[in-house]
Formats: sequence, C-alpha cells, structure tokens
Amino acid sequence: MASGPTTGTSTTGGPDLVETPGGAQPGPKPAGVVEREFTVAVRSQRQMILRRFLNHRLAVASLIIFIALLMGSLIGGRLWHYGFADRTGDYSQPPSLKHPMGTDDIGHDVMALVFRGAQKSVQIALLVALLSTTIGTLVGAVAGFYRGRADALLMRFVDLVLTVPSLAILAVLASVVGSKAGGWFFVAIVLAGITWAPISRVVRGVFLSLREKEYVEAARALGANDRRIIFRHLLPNALGAIIVNATIVVAVAILTETALSYLGVGVQRPDTSLGLLISDGQGAAQTRPWLFYFPGLVIILIALTVNFIGDGLRDAFDPTQTRVRA
Amino acid sequence: MTATAEQPASTAIGTEPVLSVRDLVKHFPITSRGVIRRKIGDIHAVCGVSFDLYPRETLGLVGESGCGKSTTGRTVLQLQPATSGSVVFQGQELTDKSSKQMRSVRRDLQIVFQDPYASLNPRMTVNDIVAEPLRIHGLHDKHSGDKMRELFRLVGLNPEHGNRYPHEFSGGQRQRIGIARALALEPKALILDEPVSALDVSIQAGVVNLLEELQDRLGLAYLFIAHDLSVVRHIADRVAVMYLGKIVELADRPELFDRPAHPYTQALMSAIPIPDPVKERERRRIVIRGDVPSPASPPSGCRFRTRCPKFANQLSEGERERCVEEEPALIERGQGHPAACHYAAVEKVL
Repeated sequence: MASGPTTGTSTTGGPDLVETPGGAQPGPKPAGVVEREFTVAVRSQRQMILRRFLNHRLAVASLIIFIALLMGSLIGGRLWHYGFADRTGDYSQPPSLKHPMGTDDIGHDVMALVFRGAQKSVQIALLVALLSTTIGTLVGAVAGFYRGRADALLMRFVDLVLTVPSLAILAVLASVVGSKAGGWFFVAIVLAGITWAPISRVVRGVFLSLREKEYVEAARALGANDRRIIFRHLLPNALGAIIVNATIVVAVAILTETALSYLGVGVQRPDTSLGLLISDGQGAAQTRPWLFYFPGLVIILIALTVNFIGDGLRDAFDPTQTRVRA
Repeated sequence: MTATAEQPASTAIGTEPVLSVRDLVKHFPITSRGVIRRKIGDIHAVCGVSFDLYPRETLGLVGESGCGKSTTGRTVLQLQPATSGSVVFQGQELTDKSSKQMRSVRRDLQIVFQDPYASLNPRMTVNDIVAEPLRIHGLHDKHSGDKMRELFRLVGLNPEHGNRYPHEFSGGQRQRIGIARALALEPKALILDEPVSALDVSIQAGVVNLLEELQDRLGLAYLFIAHDLSVVRHIADRVAVMYLGKIVELADRPELFDRPAHPYTQALMSAIPIPDPVKERERRRIVIRGDVPSPASPPSGCRFRTRCPKFANQLSEGERERCVEEEPALIERGQGHPAACHYAAVEKVL
C-alpha cells in the first residue's frame, strides 16, 4: 500500500508546539485564548485506535471479506437446498448450475460441504487462536517479567511441550477417548494445547527486553506495582508481536485440524471441516480438481484475510504508526 | 566515614537535610557464563558515598561516564537495592523499606531520567503519562483535568497537546513531559539523572532554566547528576565530584570552581572550555591519561592514583607509598572544604 489515505491528513499533522525557553508562562493564561486557538477535538484512545484501523484499507477490506465468508457459510449452509450430509445421487459431477462446486464420489454436494467446513474450521481456528494466545501470553509474560526460577520452570515446560511429538500423544489420546471426542470444542482445546508454546516463547522474549526499558523504571519510580507495569506498560508494547502470532495460529489451526481428523480425534464424518475436505480432495486434484480447489481457496482466503486483519490491528494499536494517521 | 558529617557551610544551611545518604554501597555481581551461574566477582559501582541534600538547594553530582553517578541516584530511590549503607529521606530510612512501603515515599522523592526518548512509554498519550503518578497514588479524580493543565503550563507545554503520543514531540518537549510527570505528585526532592545531556545545547538552556524556575516556585531540592561541568556550574549550589564510585571532593560551587583541591577535580576544571581564544590557548591543561580502571578490581589505596598527574609527576617515592597503601578519607586538610586526597592542595585552574 504505497498510496496513503486521502482523508484526514490535516490538523493533527501540523507543526509541534513552540518551545518557550523561559519555561512556564507567568501566571495562568486566560482559558478562552487557548480554546480559540486549538479546535482539535479531544478523541478518546479507543476512537483513535478505531480510526487508525479504518484507515488501513487492506485490513478493512479483509474484515469485510472475512465477515462475508463467515455469514455466507452460516446463512448459505441453511439456505442451500442440499445439506452437508445429503446424498444427491449425482456422483463426481464437475461444477454445474445444479452443483456450483460439483459433487464428490459418494454424492455430496461440495458447496454444502464447503459451507459446513468453513463454519467448523473458522469456529475451531478462532477458539484456538484465542486460547493459545491467552495461555501463551500469560506464561510468556510471567516468565519474562519475573525471570529467575519461574522463568526456568515455565520455559522447561514449554520445551517439553515443543519437543514431545504431539501427534504420537494425540494418537494415544484418540484411542483412549475414542470417537466420543469428535466435538469441535475438544479439537480446539487440543490444538490450543500445542500452539500456545511457541507464542509463550515469543512473548517471553519481548517481555525480557521490554522490562529493561527506562519507562518501566520510571513507572517503578512512580510507585507502580507489578500488575500495573505488566498491563499498562509491557503488554501494550508487546501487542504487535502477540497479534502477529495469533493470526499465524489461525492458519496453523485450520491445517493441523486435518491431522487430528486422520487420527480420529478431529471433526468426524458426516460432519466436515476445510482441512478434512482438502485431505480428501488431495488425491483427486488431477482428476476432479473441484474437490480440492474450492475448499483450498476458502482456506487461503481465511488465512489471508485474518493475516491482514492482524496487520491492521497491530498498526491500529501502534501510535507511532504514522502511515495511517488518526 | 564520619568526616562527611561536617558538611561545608552552604547557602541552604540552617535546616535539616531533606535527604541524607551515608556510606552508600552498591555492588553488582558478575556471574560466569553457562548453565550454573556462579558469582565470580563484583562491580563496585558505588563505594561508600555520603552526602546531604538540603531543602531548596541543588547538589550537583559530577564525574565521568561509569563512575557511579546514575547508580547512586537509582539506589537512593531504591530502584536498585543498596548493598549497604543508609538513605534517610525526611527522617525515614529507605533501604529497609519494602516496595509497598516505598510508595508513600515516592510521592515526595521523584526522578527525571536522562533519555527523554526512552523514559516515556510510546503507547501512552502524554495525558496518561503525566496522570499516571496520580492514578498510582489514587489521586486521580474529576478535578485532575485542572491539575494536569496547570502542570502542562508549569513546564511550558500546551495542555491541548495532551492527547498526543511522545513520538510527536521533540527532545526538549519530551523532557518537559518527564519533568511534568515527576512534578505531578508535588515532590520535595527531585533526582535529576543527567536531565539535559541527551538534548541539543540550544534546548538544554531552556530545560535548565525551567528547572531553576520550578525550584524557586515549588521549593524543590535537586540532586543534579551530570557530566557537563558548565551546566553544573550554572545550576548547582554545591558540587560533589565522583570518581570510580567515590566522592573525591565536595564543596560549595564557587569554592569548588575557584579553589579545586583534588587533582581529579583540577583536571576536570582544566577541560572546561573558556570562550576566549587567547586565554584558551594560554591556559595550562592538566591531562589525565588512560582509562578509568575496572570497577571490578579498583586500585588499592587512592583509586585515582593510577591516573593522577600529581602522583606521577610531583610526589616523591615515599609520598607515593601512602597513596598506594592508605585510602584517602574525604576530609578537610586545610584547603577549606573536604577532598579525598592525601596531598590535597588548592590550585587555581579556571
């Protein structure tokens, strides 16, 4: 996005205030003078963040597409005259007016499957992103802020989570819990249990560097307690890294969920997800490409839009971001 | 070191000191690399510093980089725990206070940091930054708006710019924000940790004048940490010169600048530029060679002897022995004010 926003460039970008080398003016200024000079309305921080986000065109477009996708799959799934579990009697049909995305070899309408799959996948991915980001941030923040023993303990645990082959554990889990565990909620929790670890390492690193900043020392000198320092000073400054990681998790969750389905813990048939559709359609990519490309397209669309939304959020929360002016 | 108890007569004397520091020591552990971090030594950042700060006075603390000036300031504020020694502020001992107990003290003892680019949270608006001390101490209410406007005017900032972020201001303005934040709680004493050394010379004057004006108006006491002698000469009432973690000379400002007794102080003075080319060319320079010795293993006896021009050029073999073996106390030796040199002698440099 080389071209800057065409709106809202004026007043706030003006020259800085004039230095008065003598320091304070003698006596208070008459209030009326100041008010006439400056007409810039005082905006709340929330408004400024919203404005910055809305000025990020790609992010806004992505948000619109993402919401449309979500609503489309929700409403479309209801309205479309085939259900995702229906057998239509048309086997392996290429896209046509009757089946805009074709049908698979046992007669499912692919459009109905994609609607249902997108719904499930987004549901899972968003919950995973939320859970793993929360856990990862919490663990990373505690480790990075308190260092010492807490850090060593938590980080060794993170190492454990990262090194233990998660698929092997899942296979065992699958045989223990069996098909009862097909619910999307369970899938999300399992996925979050894997994906929080890298996030916690990133957050720890950011916190380790941020806690040494002079403004943190300044806050301490003012008498701020740990909670205030973490939530008011460190977290807002770590937000960029956290958001970027959360958006990556969304894409990762959609794809990893496929592996879970293979092992029998993921979303189970006749229910479906985008990951499941992709893995089913993989072998047919040459002969019946519609089975593979339609769900693939939707996955790419979701991953891309979520990434851009994350970009927009990161910039919106960063006041030094001058490309888009509040 | 009881010698410092006999403080030189000061312009602000006659009252109890607001802050009194005695034998303050701060060591930083040096640890070995690797999994098991053994302590293999100490950085002796501050070694037995004592001084008093009186109400409405400015005590300048000068010295070259790494001599422990800033560490002294931070340890006084308990931002770093002191290794030993005592810090008494308004009659209260600070070194054994918990961080919770320190909170009430912090209302009266504040700090302004050196780097106005690093000491303000980039994600907070200026309003939030200046209001933060009020929020922390539960003083933020609906009248705070007026108070904030007053603070902004006090430091020469436009109150209407409170909704901006620090990066939208220049260095001098940012330092004013830092000062406004420190003043929000109406402290009695301010530790100014090189408040102008990160600023352009043209801006420095503005901030220094502002500080002087605020002192007059609000009756503040300043511990002014600096390495720029000309700034200290302008603002300080008394000056303490630090070298490698110790105060080597302490005197009223005119006395110190006119009659420096410690060789280190003399060398510092001779490095102040004189704005007169003829005089500047003719003056005698006392040049110190070499670097500051490692604070991990400071020299025995007098810490300055490894670089002392007097030790190298003027003293006899027998006299030198005393410098190597005996640490000079910060006492008066007939030169009018305390200096930590066995052979202290007043020499006019400026």
